[in-house]
Amino acid sequence: MKRTYLGEFEEIVLLAVAVLNGQAYGVLLMHEIIEQTDRSVRLNQVHSALQRLEEKGMVRSEMGEPTNERGGRRKRLFSVTAFGQRTLHEIQEVRASFWQRLTPTLKFSV
Amino acid sequence: MHHQPPRLADRFLQFFCAPHLLEEVQGDLHEEFDYQVKRSGLTRARWRYWRDVLGFFQPRYIKRKPSPYPITYSYSPTMLQNYFKIAFRNLLKHKGYSFINIFGLATGMAVAMLIGLWIVDELSFNTYHKNYDRIAQVRSRIFGEHGIGINSSLQYPLGTELKTNYQNNFKHIVMASWEVDNVLSAGDKKLSRKGLFMEPDAPEMLTLKMIHGSREGLRDPHSILISASTSKALFGETDPINQFMKINNKIDVKVTGVYEDLPLNTQFNHIKFLSPFDLWVSENPWIKERAMTDWDNHFLKIYVEINPGTDFEKISANIKDAEMKNLANFKEQQKLKPEVFLHPMSDWHLRNYKRGLLDPEPMKMVRLIGIIGAFVLLLACINFMNLSTARSEKRAKEVGVRKSVGSMRGQLIGQFFSESYLVVFFAFLLSLLLVALSLPWFNELSAKEMTMPYRHLSFWLTGLAFIFITGLLAGSYPALYLSSFQPVKVLKGVIRVGRFASTPRKVLVVTQFTVSATLIICTIIVYRQIQYAQNRPVGYSRDGLVMMEMKSGDFYGNYDLLRTELKNTGAVDEMAESMGKVTEVWSGNNGFDWKGRHPSADESFGTLVVTPEYGKTVGWQFVKGRDFSRELTSDSAGIVINEAAVKYMGLKHPVGEHVSWKFQDLETKHFTVLGVIKDMVMESPYEPINPTIFMIKGHGGVNWINIRINPNVSISEALPKIEAVFKKLIPSAPFDYKFADQEYALKFATEVRFGKLAAFFAILAIFISCLGLFGLASFVAEQRTKEIGIRKVLGASVTNLWQMLSKDFVVLVIISCFISVPIAYYFMDEWIQKYTYRTEISWWIFVGTSILAVSITLLTVSFQAIKAALMNPVKSLRSE
Repeated sequence: MKRTYLGEFEEIVLLAVAVLNGQAYGVLLMHEIIEQTDRSVRLNQVHSALQRLEEKGMVRSEMGEPTNERGGRRKRLFSVTAFGQRTLHEIQEVRASFWQRLTPTLKFSV
Repeated sequence: MHHQPPRLADRFLQFFCAPHLLEEVQGDLHEEFDYQVKRSGLTRARWRYWRDVLGFFQPRYIKRKPSPYPITYSYSPTMLQNYFKIAFRNLLKHKGYSFINIFGLATGMAVAMLIGLWIVDELSFNTYHKNYDRIAQVRSRIFGEHGIGINSSLQYPLGTELKTNYQNNFKHIVMASWEVDNVLSAGDKKLSRKGLFMEPDAPEMLTLKMIHGSREGLRDPHSILISASTSKALFGETDPINQFMKINNKIDVKVTGVYEDLPLNTQFNHIKFLSPFDLWVSENPWIKERAMTDWDNHFLKIYVEINPGTDFEKISANIKDAEMKNLANFKEQQKLKPEVFLHPMSDWHLRNYKRGLLDPEPMKMVRLIGIIGAFVLLLACINFMNLSTARSEKRAKEVGVRKSVGSMRGQLIGQFFSESYLVVFFAFLLSLLLVALSLPWFNELSAKEMTMPYRHLSFWLTGLAFIFITGLLAGSYPALYLSSFQPVKVLKGVIRVGRFASTPRKVLVVTQFTVSATLIICTIIVYRQIQYAQNRPVGYSRDGLVMMEMKSGDFYGNYDLLRTELKNTGAVDEMAESMGKVTEVWSGNNGFDWKGRHPSADESFGTLVVTPEYGKTVGWQFVKGRDFSRELTSDSAGIVINEAAVKYMGLKHPVGEHVSWKFQDLETKHFTVLGVIKDMVMESPYEPINPTIFMIKGHGGVNWINIRINPNVSISEALPKIEAVFKKLIPSAPFDYKFADQEYALKFATEVRFGKLAAFFAILAIFISCLGLFGLASFVAEQRTKEIGIRKVLGASVTNLWQMLSKDFVVLVIISCFISVPIAYYFMDEWIQKYTYRTEISWWIFVGTSILAVSITLLTVSFQAIKAALMNPVKSLRSE
C-alpha cells in the first residue's frame, strides 16, 4: 500500500482539524491538542504542521472574516480534504488490524 | 483593559516574517497573547509572546513567496550598453553643459591634487632618512627672566656627558658643527658649498645613499664625503674616491665617499659635504683650549638616534638633568635651570620652536592651504550637483517612458548613477592631465620638487575614493528623486516641481560665491600688506649693491689694494667691508651707557663694525651730523647711530654725545656720536627697526665685502671687471656674490608665496563659480523660453527681460558678499596682527570686492540673459 507518510504530530493535527470541522485555525488547534494530549505544543509547531499538511494536500485553507479579538486580522481556516480523510481512515484501518491480532493478555494490560 | 503584546517583538515579527504569512501568524499570536494574559498575567504573557515570536524565526516563515513574474535582470549587457549610449548621447547633445561639468570638476580635482601633493610633501619632510622616526636633535630648555628659551646650540661637555652616562639610551650620538659655508677646491676647480662637520656615525644615522665609497668614510680623520652634485661639479663623471681636495684652501682632505644629494624635503638638503667633527675641533684650537669642559659655551649641535623600542618622551625624561647636575661651578647657567630634551626629527619642519615656544605657524599654513583646497574642490562639486540636478528635471519624461516599458526603480537609479560616474571619471582623467601639465609651474610657485606619484597605490586609491564620493553626491539627487516619479503623471505633464525645488540650488550658489569673495578679499589684503612693507622707506639703496662673504683668510689684509683696484676699473663707485650683510643685523649687544640713561634701558643694540666707506657704499642718509672719514684718525672712536637708537636713548642733541660700551670682559670702550642716519630696514620689513650703532673699531672684525657698482655701468658689464680684480688679488676664492636687492626680496618670499597661492586659488574659485553660474543661467533661460516669448509679444523690452533674468542671480551674489565680508575680516584681522608694521584693512577692499563679484556675475549671466531676450518670439512659441 502506497500513501504519503504522515508524522505522529501531523496525524494528531490532522485529526484535530477533522474534529473541529471547518473551524480549525492555529491557536484553536493548539489549545485543542494541549487539552487532549496534555503535552506542551508551540504555535510555530502547529503552523508548520499545517503548512506541511497543506503541501501534502491533506488540508485546504481559506481566509476567514476579520475578527475583533485579533486586531482585525483574519484567521486562516483549515478543513480536511478528501485525500486527508482517506488517509486518516487508512491509518485507522492499519492500526485496527494490528489490534485485532494482539493476544488477549496484552489487551488486558492496556 | 486591553493589553498590547511587546512592541519590539511585534516589529521584529513584521520584519522577518514573509508578508503572505504575516496576517495569520500575527493574528494567532495576538489571540494567544490575550488568552495568556487572562490565564497567567501580563508579565508572563509578554515573555511567552517573545518566545512564540522567536519560535517563528525559521526559514519556513522567513522565505518570501516567489513572484509570479520573471525578474528583470538589471545587469544584462544590452541594458548596460543602452545606459552608456544614452549617457554619451546626453553628453553630446548638451555640449556646453558637458564641457562646464567636466572641465569645472576637473579643475577642482586638479587643484585638490596639487594641494594634496603639497600637503603630503610638507608632512613627509625628512622621511627620506630611514630611521627618521628615531632621530632627534638634543636641545635644552632654559627658564630665564624673560621667559622660556630653547637652545639648539649646546655645550661640548653635554655631548661627553651623554656619551659616558646615557649611552645605553641611544644607538648613535653625533656631535656636529654649526652649518659652514666653505670653499671646496680640487685642482683648479673651486666651489662654495654648505656643509657640516659631524662625528663618523652620521652617515649611518642619516642612512645616506652612497654612490661611491661607504658610510664608514668619516672614520678617516682627514676625510670628506661629498654629495653627488658636488662631486660632479668638482670631478666631473670620474670616481672621486681617494682624490685629495681642500676645504677653505687650508684643510687637506681625502674624498672617501659620494652620497646621493638629499631631496628638497629634508632638513639637511643644502648640506653638500660632510667632514669629521674631530677635524673641525683640531682646526679650531679654541675648542680644545677652552670649550671642552666649559658649560657656558654653546656652540655645537647634537643629533641622536634612539634605540628601537623606546620613545622620545621616555628618553627625554631620562636625560632631563644631564646638564643641570654638572653646573655646580657655573652659577649663571645654573640659574636658568636647563632641561635637556629631544626634539624628534618628524617635528623639525612643522613643529619647531620659536622664541621658546612651539611655533604654530607652519602647521597652520598647512591646514589653511588644505582648507582652501577643500573649498575649491567643494565649489567644483557644487557646480556639478547644481547642473546635474537642474538638467535632470528635463529628463522626467525619459523616466516616465522607461517606467512604462518596464524599468524597475533600481534600474533607473543605476542608470543615473552610472551617468554621473561617467562624467566624474572623465573629469578625473582630465584633471590628471592638468596636474601633470601644471606641476612644474606649481613647483616653482611653492619652491618644492614634487612629482606625480603614479607608482603609489595610495594615490590611485584616493583618486578612486574621490570619484566614488563625488559621483555619489552629484548623482544622488537625480537618481533617487527622479526615479520616484509616477509615469502617468510625468507623461501627462502634470509633474510640478515644488516652489522650493530651487532653494538648495540657491543655497549652493550662495556658498560658492561666499567662498570666492572671501578668497578674493584675503588675496587683496595679503597683497596690500606685502606692498605696504615693500614701499617702506629702506634707508639705503639696494640697486647695484653687490655683497661677498669673506670666506677664507685670503680675503683679509689687502683692503686698500682691493679698493683701489676695484675703483680703477671704472665699474665700481665705492667699496667697503662690514660685519654681516646689509640685509641683516649680524651682531647685537647690550652694555651701553650714555648721559641720562634710565637704569632699566639696557636692551640690545645692533652693533656693527664697518669700514669708513660703508656709508657711501650702501648709500645711507644722514639726518644730523656727518659720516665717518678715513682722514680723521679720531673717527675710529666715533659711531654713527640710527634714528631708532636716538629715540631709544632719548637724546635731544645726539651729535657729539658720549657713549660707553662694556662688551663682555673687554675693557670699556668710549665713543662719540658723529652722526644720525635715517632708519635702515636691515631685518624684517614687518618689524620696528632695532636701535643700531655703527662703529669703526668694536668687538670684532668684518666679514662681508660690499661693492657699489657705478650706476652708469650696466651690471653685466661690471661683473666681469670685478671678477677679474678678485681673480688677480684673491685667486683662491670663488667669485661668489649676492645682490642686495635680491637678498632684500627674500624677506618677502613667504608672504609673496602665500599671496601667489591665495591669488591662484581665488582666481580658480571665481572661475569655477562663474562656470557654474553660466550653466545655471543658460538653464534658466532655456526653461523660461516660452515665458520670455510671451512677454516679448506682450511688449517687454530687451532691458526688461535682461533685468528679470539677471536679478535672481545678482541677489544671490549680493547675499554672499554680505556673508563673506565679516568672515574675511575676522580671519585677515587675525592674520595681519602678527605684523607690527602693517597696513589697515580698509573698507574699500570689501566694497571693491563686492562690486567686482557682482559685475563678474552680471557679465556671466548677461550673456545668456541677453541671448534669451533677443530670441525671436515666433520661433520660441511655435514649437509645442
